[in-house]
Amino acid sequence: MAITTERRLARQSKRPGRLPEKPRKSRQKSQYPMWFYIPAAVLFFTLFVVPTIASFYFSLTRWSLFDIEFIGFDNFAQFFREPMLIQGFVNTFIFGFITSGLKVVFGLLLAVLLSSQIMGRTFLRSVVFFPVLVSVVGVGITFRVLMDPFDGLINTALAGIGVDGPGWLTDPSYALLSVAFVEVWRGVGLATLIFIAGIVAIPDEYFEAATTDGASPFQNFWHITLPLVRPAMVTVVILSLIGGLRSFDLIWAMTRGGPGFTSDVIASVIFKQYQAGFYGLSSAGNVVLFVVVTAIIVPIFWFLNRKEADQ
Amino acid sequence: MKRRTRSILTGTLAIIASVIVFLVPFTFILMTASKTRQESAALQFSWPEQFALFENIVEVIQTRDFMLITAFINSTVLTVASVTLMVLFSAMVGWVLQRRQSRWNPAINLMVLAGLIIPPAVVPTIWVLQGLELFGTLPGLILIEVTFGLSFSVLMFRAFIAAIPRELDEAATIDGAGPIRLFFQVAFPLLRSVIVTVIVVQAVFVFNDFQNPLYFLPGDENATVQLTLYNFQSQFDTQWNLLFTNILLITIPPLVMYIFFQRQIVAGMTSGAVKG
Amino acid sequence: MNAFKKRSKLMAALVTGAAISLTIAGCSTGGATTDGKVELSLLVDNTDANIATVEALAEAFTAQNPDIEIDVQTRPGGEEGDNLIKTRLATGEMTDLFWYNSGSLMQALNPDQTLLNIADEPFMDTVTSTFIDGVSTPNGVYAVPAGTGMGGGILYNEAIYAELGLEVPVTWDEFMDNNEAISNAGYDAVIQTYTDAWTSQLFVLGDFYNVLAEEPNWADDYTANKVNYADDDVAIRGFERLQEVYEAGYLNEDFASSTLDDGLRMLAQGEGAHYPMLSFAVSTIVELYPDQADDIGFFAQPGDGPSNGLTTWLANGIYAPADTEHPDEVKSFMAFIATVEACDVQSDAVGATGPYFIEGCVLPDDVPNATADLLPYFETEGGTAAALEFLSPVKGPSLPQITVEVGSGIRSAAEGASLYDQDVTKQAQQLGLEGW
Repeated sequence: MAITTERRLARQSKRPGRLPEKPRKSRQKSQYPMWFYIPAAVLFFTLFVVPTIASFYFSLTRWSLFDIEFIGFDNFAQFFREPMLIQGFVNTFIFGFITSGLKVVFGLLLAVLLSSQIMGRTFLRSVVFFPVLVSVVGVGITFRVLMDPFDGLINTALAGIGVDGPGWLTDPSYALLSVAFVEVWRGVGLATLIFIAGIVAIPDEYFEAATTDGASPFQNFWHITLPLVRPAMVTVVILSLIGGLRSFDLIWAMTRGGPGFTSDVIASVIFKQYQAGFYGLSSAGNVVLFVVVTAIIVPIFWFLNRKEADQ
Repeated sequence: MKRRTRSILTGTLAIIASVIVFLVPFTFILMTASKTRQESAALQFSWPEQFALFENIVEVIQTRDFMLITAFINSTVLTVASVTLMVLFSAMVGWVLQRRQSRWNPAINLMVLAGLIIPPAVVPTIWVLQGLELFGTLPGLILIEVTFGLSFSVLMFRAFIAAIPRELDEAATIDGAGPIRLFFQVAFPLLRSVIVTVIVVQAVFVFNDFQNPLYFLPGDENATVQLTLYNFQSQFDTQWNLLFTNILLITIPPLVMYIFFQRQIVAGMTSGAVKG
Repeated sequence: MNAFKKRSKLMAALVTGAAISLTIAGCSTGGATTDGKVELSLLVDNTDANIATVEALAEAFTAQNPDIEIDVQTRPGGEEGDNLIKTRLATGEMTDLFWYNSGSLMQALNPDQTLLNIADEPFMDTVTSTFIDGVSTPNGVYAVPAGTGMGGGILYNEAIYAELGLEVPVTWDEFMDNNEAISNAGYDAVIQTYTDAWTSQLFVLGDFYNVLAEEPNWADDYTANKVNYADDDVAIRGFERLQEVYEAGYLNEDFASSTLDDGLRMLAQGEGAHYPMLSFAVSTIVELYPDQADDIGFFAQPGDGPSNGLTTWLANGIYAPADTEHPDEVKSFMAFIATVEACDVQSDAVGATGPYFIEGCVLPDDVPNATADLLPYFETEGGTAAALEFLSPVKGPSLPQITVEVGSGIRSAAEGASLYDQDVTKQAQQLGLEGW
C-alpha cells in the first residue's frame, strides 16, 4: 500500500521518536519548565484535592453536616446493602458503554461528513451542536413529551406506519435505553466537535497525495483519517466513558431513576443518599464509584496511550 | 462535476436527517414557549392556539426585578474569566506534560483522571473557600470553575499537542527562544483549533452550570442564567410556557457564540501552518 | 509574526477582561446596613404562592417599620432545597430569615444548634399549640407559621358524582363501590400521575388518620422502632389500597407518563373522578381552570372504620439562623407574622387553601369549594390528625419510588412495605436515633 508507507514516512520525519527516558542531565534549563504546572497545581490542590481528601474521611463517619461521628466502615457496609445496588451497577455499565460507543461512532461519522465540502456545512454544524447548549432540564422535558406513550410524537409517527410503540420511559425494560439514546443525541455534538478539531489538524498533503494515487474516499478515511485522528479518538473515548459511567443528570431529569428504581445507575443511587441528607453514606458511595470507574478507565487510558507511543 | 452533484446530494440528505433528529425537539421548545400557561400545561406537540411568545418573553425578562438581565451579566463575566484562566493554565500543563518525560508524569495523569472521575465535595470546598475568604464572591466561583474544568482541558491539550512536530520546538530553540517565547509564540498559534474547541466546550459547560453557582455563590443578585430556570419550575407548580421561553432565551447567546467560533476551528485548517 | 501579534492582543484583552471582572466582583458584596436602615434577607422556595406570600408580608411589614427592609431571595424546592438549606446553615452562610417546612424536615436541621430560639418571645402566645408542636424540640421553639395548613385526601369531581348520584364515601368499601360505578360510566375512577413520583405517596401518607384512629400510639412506637409497616395490619393498609386500585383497573391508562399538571387537568375537565392529593393543589386548579373550580370538592381518605377524619399538614415556618446579625429586627418581623393582620395580608395576596395557625385568624368568605370542604374536619373535635412527618423524625427517602412500584404492579404491597421498612431503618441509623 503506497499510501500507508508514505504516511509512515511522513510521520517518522515529523516525530523523531520519544525523548530518551532520562532527559539530558545537563545544567541547561529545560525548554519545558516544571513551573508551568504551578498555577494549575495550586488551584487543583486547594480546591479539589483537599476537599476530596476531607470527603474521603467523611465516608467513614455518620455526618449530618452538623455533627460528625466516626463509625469506621459502616457506611460501606450499608452502601453494599442497598437493595438496588446490583441493578444499579448493571445499568451503569449498560449506560456507560452504550452511550460512549455510539457517541464515538456517530461523532466520527458526523465529523467526517461535516469537515468535507458538503452543502450547508455551517448550518449542519450548528444544528448538531445545538443540543449541547440546551439545558438538561429542557432536553429532559422535551423528550419526555416526544416519548409519551399515548400522544407523543414518536409513537404517533410509529402508529402511522402501523407499529405499536412502547412506553419508552414508563416501561421498565425500555426506560434506561431510551435515556441512553437521548444522552447520545445530547452529547454527540461535543464528540463531533472534538473529532472535527482532530480531522482539521491532519495536513491536507496526505489527502492530496492519496487522491493523486487514486485512493477512494473510503480508503482515505480508513488509511488516513482513522489512524491520524487517534488523539481525538482517545479523548472522546475517555471523556464519554467517564461521563457515561458517572453522570446521571439526564437520567435524573427524565425518569429520576424510575419507574420505581428500574433506571437507577450508581451515581443516581449515590445522589439520592445525598438528597436524603445521608452525607457520610453518599461520600462512601462516591469512594466506591471512584474505585470502580478508575479500575475501568486507567487500563483503557494506559492501553490507548501506550499504543500511541508505540507508533 | 460529479463530485459537486454528490456533495449536493449528501448535503440535502444530511439536512433532512438533521432536521428530523435535531430540529423537531427544538420546534417543541419554540412551540411551548409560544403558548399560554394553560395550553402549555398539557405539554403537547402542537401549534399554539394563541401565539403568546412576545408576552412570554416580556414576562420572563421582567420576572423578579429583571433577574434574567443580571444573570446574563454574571454568567458572561463568569464564563469569560474562568475560560480564559482555564485555557491558559491547562495549555501550560498539557504542553509540559506531553513534551517532557519525567517521573511525575504518571502521577499527573492520574490526577487528571481523578479530576474527571471524582465528583467535587460541596461542603468541604465551601470550608476551603471560607478559609480563603472567597466564599460567596465571584472570584471564588471563577476559581472553582477553573479548577473543575482543568482535567478536561488538560486532556484535550495533551492529546493535540502530540500532533505538533518537535522540529518546530528545536528550530525555535536554536533561534534563541526561551521557554515562554517557545510556548506563546510557537506552540500557541499552532494550537488554534484546539484552543477554540476547548473555549467552546468549556464556555458551554460554565455557562450552563447550575450546581456550582447554586452552592458557591448564593443570593439573587449573583444569579447565573441556569438558576433563572428555577423561577418558573418548582416542585408543585411549573409554568411551562415561561420555562421554555427562558430556555430559549438562555440558549441563543451560546448558539451565536458557537456559530462565530466554529468558523475559527475551520480557519485553523488553513492558517494552522503545519506545512512541511 | 502576524499571527502572534493577533494572538497576544487577544490574550491581553482576555486577561484584562478577567482582571476587571474580578475587581467588579470585589465591590459587589454589599453589607446589610445602609444609613441606619437594616436590610434583612429572606430565603423562600420558588413556589409562586410562597414567593407572593412573603413579598406581601414584607411589603406590609416595611410599611409599618420603614427602617427595616426585607430582601426576598429564592431557592429551589424539594430535596435540592433541603440540601441548600442544610449546607448554608452548616457553613454559617444562611440568610437572616428563611421559609422552610415544619416537622421532620425541620428536625433534620439540628435546630437546637443552628436556629434562633423564640420560645420565650411574647408574640408566640398567639401561635396555636398544634403548630408549635411541629416546630419545637425539648429545648426550644423555632418558627412562626407562614401560609396555611393543608389536608391530604381525595380531590373529586362533584359533577361526575352528581351525574351518577354518588355520595361522598366514608369507608374504603364505599369508596371502591363508587370507583366501580364511575369506572362503569366510562370515567377514570382514580387518577394517578407517576411521572411526578411524589404524588404516588398520598394513599399511604393520607391514610395516617385511619392508622392513628386504631392505634393511637403508633407514631411514638414507630420512632422507637417498636412497630413498622410490613408487620402491622393497620399501617400496611395504605400500601394495600394502592395495590387494590391498580389491580381493579381503576387508574387512568397513562398513569405512568402523567404529571401533576395532567392529573389536575383530567380532574378539572371531568375525565377522572378521584385524585389523591394535597389540598394546596386547589389553588392551581383555580388559576388554570377557573370555570371548573366549583366542581372540585375534597374528602378525607376513607378508612376501614365507621367514620374517618383528615390527615393534615402543618403550615410552613419562618425561621432565623442562631447566628443572625440582626436578632431584634428578625424578631420584630416574626412578631408581625404572628398577627391577625398578617393573615389577612396573606389571604389578600394568594387566597387561603386551609386554616391559619394564628389565633383569631379567619378565612375569607370566598374560599374555593374544595377548601371549604376541608373546614368541617378542622371544626370537628378529633376530626383531624397530623401527618406522620409531624409526629416522628423517621421518614425514609425512597417512599415515592416504592409507592410508584406498588401502584404500577411492579411490586406487591407487602414487598413494598417491607422495602420501605428497610429504607426507614437506614434513615434512622443515619440520623443516629436510639433503638435502631
